[in-house]
Amino acid sequence: MSEKTFILSASPHIRTDESVKKVMWFTVFSLIFPAAGAVYFFGFYPLLVMFVSAISAVVAEAIMLKLRGRDVKQCLDGSAVITGILLALTLPPKYPLWEAALGAAFAIVFAKQFFGGIGQNIFNPALIGRAFLMAAFPVDTTTWTPTRFIKPDAFTGATPLAAFKFSKILTPYKDLFFGNVSGSAGETSALLILIGGLILILKGYVDYRLPLSYILSVAFFGGIMWLINPHKYPDPLFHILAGGLMLGAFYMITDMVTSPITPRGRIIYGIIAGFLVVLIRLFSGYPEGVMFSILIVNTLRPWIDRLAKPRILGEVRK
Amino acid sequence: MVKYTFRGGIHPPYNKWTTSKPIVRLEVPQTLYLPLIQHTGKPAKPLVKRGDEVKKGQKIAEADGYISAAIHAPTSGKVKTIIEHPHPVLLTSYPAIVIEADGKDEWFEEPKERPNWQESSPEEIVNAVREAGIVGLGGAAFPTHVKLSPPKEKPIDTVIINGAECEPFLTADDRILQERPTDVLWGAFLIKRALNASKVYIAIEDNKPEAIKKVSEVLKDFEGFELKVVKTKYPEGAEKQLIKALTGREVPRGGLPMDVGCLVQNVQTSLAIYEAVGFGKPLIERVTTLSGDGVKGSGNYLIRIGTRFQDVVDMTGGMTEDVVKVINGGPMMGIAQYTLEVPVIKGTSGILLFTKKYAKTFVEYNCIRCSKCVDVCPMGLLPLMLVDYIKAKRFVEAKEKYGLLDCIECGSCAFVCPSRINHVQWIKYGKQELRRLG
Repeated sequence: MSEKTFILSASPHIRTDESVKKVMWFTVFSLIFPAAGAVYFFGFYPLLVMFVSAISAVVAEAIMLKLRGRDVKQCLDGSAVITGILLALTLPPKYPLWEAALGAAFAIVFAKQFFGGIGQNIFNPALIGRAFLMAAFPVDTTTWTPTRFIKPDAFTGATPLAAFKFSKILTPYKDLFFGNVSGSAGETSALLILIGGLILILKGYVDYRLPLSYILSVAFFGGIMWLINPHKYPDPLFHILAGGLMLGAFYMITDMVTSPITPRGRIIYGIIAGFLVVLIRLFSGYPEGVMFSILIVNTLRPWIDRLAKPRILGEVRK
Repeated sequence: MVKYTFRGGIHPPYNKWTTSKPIVRLEVPQTLYLPLIQHTGKPAKPLVKRGDEVKKGQKIAEADGYISAAIHAPTSGKVKTIIEHPHPVLLTSYPAIVIEADGKDEWFEEPKERPNWQESSPEEIVNAVREAGIVGLGGAAFPTHVKLSPPKEKPIDTVIINGAECEPFLTADDRILQERPTDVLWGAFLIKRALNASKVYIAIEDNKPEAIKKVSEVLKDFEGFELKVVKTKYPEGAEKQLIKALTGREVPRGGLPMDVGCLVQNVQTSLAIYEAVGFGKPLIERVTTLSGDGVKGSGNYLIRIGTRFQDVVDMTGGMTEDVVKVINGGPMMGIAQYTLEVPVIKGTSGILLFTKKYAKTFVEYNCIRCSKCVDVCPMGLLPLMLVDYIKAKRFVEAKEKYGLLDCIECGSCAFVCPSRINHVQWIKYGKQELRRLG
């Protein structure tokens, strides 16, 4: 009899090199592009907000893991860092640091750990953090500063969406695309978000169906309203480029944990969310609807997952 | 050229290191262990007892009932005992006939070409196959005579010879196609004849150019035969996926290939059928790939059934000190072994020895719902939901809502999972619990 002992485990015996850590930290890496936009347009302060927010998220996660008796090392898997940075990117450029830290901690504790930690949350934690800050500090969360390239005396303080909604001022597409507009630190440059998002799509971490169906849905429903009354409602391109839609489409609605698991489900999900964006932007008291649209579809996710189950090979559907 | 394929699947590193290594006949070991069960169905009934002299090819155990298969002595010698011995599939010990070789390797009845075997009737073919103890040699080991006798109301028009060999590392079928293409096609000819089928497809993955070339050279002599090059993708060689890829037909849930007029046979099974019907040779040896980074003499070996893994390793140059895992079969669906005492049985398509470099172990992390498992599932299942339901012990719902029993356990989901979740292990457990519940 041979004396050697061998590992017994179920098949398969080979695995990819992929890991949750790699997925998360690569996503953090892709955030360099929108983050670079924030620095370019608003200076280094937003970087500080991102840093503080990310640290706060990780610390909150560590404390909660400890209290829940879980492996504290999980706080470094990268997911909390993503939440922290994403939250910071949705905040105004000159946001108070302690408020950002509080928002990040709230996001981790209430939107993630209370549900059971990574993979278990129903809502996008970063957006819950932002919703919390909007309710807790309504003034700070809607106080915008001009980019470094806009003369302060010409600055009205309004974001492109607000400018249109309340004053019917249309911001030039060029500024919207490159990002020389007022708004949240990381949402202004459609171009840079697109670069980060495309990297994630190419890497296979984001299903293109989510951003595509979401954006096209906004364009479609926004377009219908524009055709009905072009003086009152903005055109589809403005809808796409202004506000937080790009950031939401590539970094928020695409959150693996809170989005549907099937290709068909993702399309349905994006369409519903896009409809909600237009509804909120045009008919509510808020100029922007990305955050609420995603939080609302988050609740529909389990239902969509059931609705859009793929056909099993050999299954005959009635 | 059109390349056929299916939905889902993965591209693991193929590591077909032994593609260009010709089949080498391995010597007969001192002692051979023949488990009474080497097939799906009822165990065989021994026909010999301790001390009996046996000759090579002599039937030493007979099929017990319809779904069962006979076993033959792989060499001449003496029955040492019938004892429980480690089994490479059951992962426990099981009664095996132990034969002490006498070194003479004398035939009981030497295989000779039978006159006019090409004109054998379906009954003669099925009988010869049953007498030879042939089972599916791709790994599932279902008795072949049963597959060749479908009920009348399920006529079969299409025979598929499965040379996809989509499991990484394995090259036995590839080598057989390269070295004996005509014999494999004759086997397919006999299968077609037994079933009165009209078409034969030879399916080969496009990463085996040599095999494709050799088969296409001899194919024209066979009427109704067609070579189908399939995309290199795992699990291309899974029965249902292959049928779908080649014919567009879908085996109904819980059904069999014959429900859609198809029959899939592995390359080596086809070869065995040719040898049994044409020459009266029973199944006493098979080609097995020995590979993995812990093996010194990797290659494709013609091995007598009953040869212990230990003997295979010793006779081919040994293994490295740091082998930590031994697998019967391929790395995706093969079975990890706890000892090298296990013998090569009819279904042993490969023996893999891995060091830590390949045999990595992981701790499961929380599922992050990335849905990679959904994207790759060739059956259209939701592996993450199955695991959720099984963990919650909701087995019946897992079956009814999420198709637990449709899973073919190919392991694609577990392969791609960034959380290193052992889907297949959970699913096997779920199926077992379901059986227990009745």
